[in-house]
Amino acid sequence: MISKHNTGISDKTVYFINYVLITIFTLIVLYPVIFVLSASFSDGNAVMHGKVWLYPVGFTTRGYEAIFKYSAIMTGYANSLYYMIVGTVLSVFMSALGAYPLSRKDFSGKKFFMILLLITMFFSGGLIPSYLLIKSLGLINTRWVMILPGLVSAYNIFVFRTYINNTIPLELFEASRMDGINDFQYLFRIVIPLSKPIMAVLALWHAVGSWNSYFTAMIYLRDRNLFPLQLFLREVLLQNVDIDVSMMDIEEVNERRQLQQLLRYSMIVAGSLPLMIAYPFIQKYFVKGVMVGSLKG
Amino acid sequence: MKKKKDSIGARIKKAIVKDWQLFILIMIPISFVIVFHYIPIYGVQIAFKSFKPSLGIMRSPWIGFDNFKNFFNSWQFSRIIVNTLRLSFYGMLISPLPVILALQINYITNAKYRKAVQMITYAPYFISNVVLVGIINLLLNVRTGPLNNLIYMITGQQTDILGSATAFPHLFTWSGVWKSLGFNAIIYISTLAGVDVELHEAAICDGANLLKRIWHIDIPHVLPTYVLLLILSMRNILQTNFEKVFLMQNSLNIRTSEVISTYVYKVGLVANIPNYGLGTAIGLFNSLVGLILLIIVNRIADKVAGYGFF
Repeated sequence: MISKHNTGISDKTVYFINYVLITIFTLIVLYPVIFVLSASFSDGNAVMHGKVWLYPVGFTTRGYEAIFKYSAIMTGYANSLYYMIVGTVLSVFMSALGAYPLSRKDFSGKKFFMILLLITMFFSGGLIPSYLLIKSLGLINTRWVMILPGLVSAYNIFVFRTYINNTIPLELFEASRMDGINDFQYLFRIVIPLSKPIMAVLALWHAVGSWNSYFTAMIYLRDRNLFPLQLFLREVLLQNVDIDVSMMDIEEVNERRQLQQLLRYSMIVAGSLPLMIAYPFIQKYFVKGVMVGSLKG
Repeated sequence: MKKKKDSIGARIKKAIVKDWQLFILIMIPISFVIVFHYIPIYGVQIAFKSFKPSLGIMRSPWIGFDNFKNFFNSWQFSRIIVNTLRLSFYGMLISPLPVILALQINYITNAKYRKAVQMITYAPYFISNVVLVGIINLLLNVRTGPLNNLIYMITGQQTDILGSATAFPHLFTWSGVWKSLGFNAIIYISTLAGVDVELHEAAICDGANLLKRIWHIDIPHVLPTYVLLLILSMRNILQTNFEKVFLMQNSLNIRTSEVISTYVYKVGLVANIPNYGLGTAIGLFNSLVGLILLIIVNRIADKVAGYGFF
C-alpha cells in the first residue's frame, strides 16, 4: 500500500503546479484592472485604435482632467456619498433598535416580531407593488427614496441579535437592572458601545451595497441633480451618451470623441477608487461578517 | 368567543405594560418593515385584478387568474423560464470553484504570497455591476478591446461577443467568477483552517501524499459546508442578478438574456402601457416558486446535513 502511495505524483510537483495555476488565476483577476488603469493614462487616439493593452501609450492625465470638467460626475459623487452616509448610519441604528429587544429572552413580543421579520426574508410583494407604494407615498424623485426603503433588513437584525446573545453576558444586564438602569439606557450605554465590531460589519455591508447599486435610482429618480454616481457611470460606460457635437468643426469633434473614450476609463477608476482605497482596511471586517453570517445560517 | 378575545387583548395589554420600553424600541424598525414590506404584500392582490390606477388597488375589478394565464400562454414564457434556469444551473455547475481556490490558497506555503493572492482575488468583489459590465464592454469591444484582439489573433475571426446570444450565458457566468470567486472562497478558507493538523501528520506517517491527503482529509472537511450552501442556493433558482443581467442585455443577445426579473421590469414598468397586474402576477409566481423550493430544500438540508433553516 505504502509504496503505491509513493508512486503517485510527488508533493513537490503538486506544490509547483499549484503555484503556477494560482499565479495564472491571480494574473487573470489583475489584468482587467491593469488594462483599465493603463488606458486611463493613455493618449485617446492610441486607445481608440486598440494600441493599449498593458502599459500606458502616450502618457497623459487628460482623462482625469475631463472628470473635473464634467460637472455631472461631481454631482454624482456628492449624491452617492450622501446616500451612503445617511443610509448607513440610520440603517445600523435601526438594526440596533430591532436587535436588542429580540435578544431579550423575557421580551413578551419576541416570537411575534421574529416571525414578522422572518417572513420578509422569504416573501416580498415584488417590484410592481413596491413601485405603486413608493408612488403613492410621494417618494418618487426625492432623496428619501434612496434611503428609506432599504433601511431595515431582517437579516441584519438577526445577525446583530446573535452577536448580542453571544458576546454580552447576561450578568451585565442583571447587574444594570440592580442599578436601576432602564432598557433605553442599557441599549445606548451598554449594548451599542459593546457592539462596535458587529456594527462595523453591518455598516460596511450597507455602505458597499449603497455605493454600488443603481437599480433603485434608475426606477425612482428622474431629476439628474439627485442621481448617484452609478447612474452617471452607466450613461458614460454603457449608454454611449454623446456630448453635444453639433456646433463643432471636425477636428474638435474628433478631439471630443477621444476625450469621451478616455473618460470611460478614468471614470471606472474614479468611481471604484473610494472602495478600492478603503478595501485593504475593511477587508478583515468583511471576512468576519461572512463568518458571522454563516454561523447564523 | 368574545370572552376569549378579551383575554388575548388583556394579555397583550399586560405584556405591553410590562415591556413598554422594548416595544417602543422595536416598533421603530418594525414600522418601516410594515410600510415597505407588508403594504406591498397587501398590494399583491392586483395580480388577480385588472388594475386601473384611477381606481386604486382596492376598487380595481377582480379578474381571477387571467394575468397568470396571459403569462403562461405568452410566447415569451418558455423562453424566459429556460433562460433563467440556464443561468441558475450554470451557476451551480461552477459552484465547486471556490472550494478549489480555497484549497489552492491553503497550500501556498509562502505566507506573504498567500496574503497577496487573497488580497487580489477578493478585490473585484467591491466593483459595482455598472463598472463590471463597463469593463467587459471595453475588453471585448470589437475594435479596441484587447481580449477581442487576442481572440482575433488566435482564431483569425472578428467576432462580436457582446452581441452574441450564445456567448451571453458564458460571459455572464465567467465575469461573475472573476468578480466573486475570491470572496466566495473566504468561507472555505476559514473552514480549512479548522482541519486537525494531527490528521495530516498521521496520514504523512502512513505515506499518503499531498493529493491523497487533500482528497481524504480536506475535501471531506469542507464538503458539508459546500453541500449546505449548494442546497440553500436552490431556493434562488428563479432569482437572477437583475442588476447585472439588465446591464449586459442588448437587442442582439436578448434571445438568451431575457430572464424573469428583467421581463417583469419591462412589462410592468417601462412598457408604453405598463401592465401592473401582469407584472405583479409574474413577480408573485416567482416568489411562490421560490417559497416552495425553499421548503423542499430546507427538508433536504435537514435530512442530509441535519441543518434545517427553521
